[in-house]
Amino acid sequence: MIAQSIRSSAITLGIFALIATGMVAGFHALTQQKILLSQQQSLTDSLNVLVTPSQYNNDLLHDTLAIQDHDLLHLEQPETAYRARKNGQAVAVIFPVIAPDGYSGKIRLLVAIYASGELAGVRVLAHKETPGLGDAIDINKSSWILDFNDKSLLSPTAEGWHVKKDNGAFDQFTGATITPRAVVKAIHNALLYFQAHQQTLFAPQVAAHE
Amino acid sequence: MAENLYQKIAVDGLWRNNTATVQLLGLCPLLACSGSVVNGLGLGLATTLALISSNAAVSLLRHQIPDTIRIPIFVMIIAAFVSCIELFMHAFTYQLYQILGIFIPLIVTNCALLGRAEAFASKNNTAAAAFDGLMIGVGFTLVLVFLGAMRELLGNGTLFANMHLLFGDMAKDWILTIPHYKKFLFFILPPGAFLCLGLIIAGKNIIDERLKSRNKQKNANVIGSKRVRTTGNIS
Repeated sequence: MIAQSIRSSAITLGIFALIATGMVAGFHALTQQKILLSQQQSLTDSLNVLVTPSQYNNDLLHDTLAIQDHDLLHLEQPETAYRARKNGQAVAVIFPVIAPDGYSGKIRLLVAIYASGELAGVRVLAHKETPGLGDAIDINKSSWILDFNDKSLLSPTAEGWHVKKDNGAFDQFTGATITPRAVVKAIHNALLYFQAHQQTLFAPQVAAHE
Repeated sequence: MAENLYQKIAVDGLWRNNTATVQLLGLCPLLACSGSVVNGLGLGLATTLALISSNAAVSLLRHQIPDTIRIPIFVMIIAAFVSCIELFMHAFTYQLYQILGIFIPLIVTNCALLGRAEAFASKNNTAAAAFDGLMIGVGFTLVLVFLGAMRELLGNGTLFANMHLLFGDMAKDWILTIPHYKKFLFFILPPGAFLCLGLIIAGKNIIDERLKSRNKQKNANVIGSKRVRTTGNIS
């Protein structure tokens, strides 16, 4: 009697599970294409903010290189670098950098550097900094991050790559010095990495394994 | 005053038995996703959609669901619908999906959904159940949007920022800004959410009490007017 009721309950539950799973699977199949498109669109948008579409004519999303570097970029896992070229000439490279010493954990940045070594731009991808204080690094909160446009290892020089409180060239925020300090350091490191690896960063895709 | 079923459902969902201010269910997403109007509205709409579809499905299948295992089946139905809604938002409102993040799948654990499935949908016909889902959802959404507006206004000095995440590019200039407003961080952080929700609940209770005492007065007048007062001082 009990065994029978357990069995019938189990079967009913199983049927419902099948229907529910089928429904989700069907919906997944329907939306998968669109989700992929949205993701690529969002990625293209975020890359195009740094390097405008008129500056390159290659397939940015697919001209990629896997990079991994602990000492400068703090990338523990291989991450993607995107290369912008015009008529085969290297224009810029866009790659992620992690600032490991934010006020509350890691700050993920996306850095775009022209072949000349100047910064095309920087954006914050993810952070957990204090809302209202440290989050001014986010372009949605303030334009601070735009200060890095056109900067390079030569301008300012190594002593300048600090916040003003540390006698550098970059502003800190009222009530938050640790966050901008971490970001400035990470961007400087990204430029140093670029200087050391320029050849490999722009290498054609075939030889893209480091 | 006689109320028919649908009137009762509407008044219950929107006011008398409001999920957020009376039942105090689903507080976790309510407090976490009410930093701005657009976040609140986004989560509210997703929750409403989940409530309507899960209520309708539970009601439709109420004769097929054995009593002994109804809770796991309810949870499964809710989870399936929420997963579909999550996929849908991922596909069509990508940026909003990124902001709301974990709170979309967490709608499954919003006890309001399971509560409505158990208390209402499993005992009523499909139309009434779907309508109940709609009303509960709209009631929840209203509180979320109100809370979002309050926190956005007090914390950031703006209203309707980033509405284009939900309504497309035409909503980009809906934003209202208080000029020279110094941001008030407290309201953006979680404690501000608790305080604002507390104020909203208090406000609702005050209104309820006013209504009650006014009704009492009205009734008293009706009784009193039946007889003409003949004694005592007239001042």
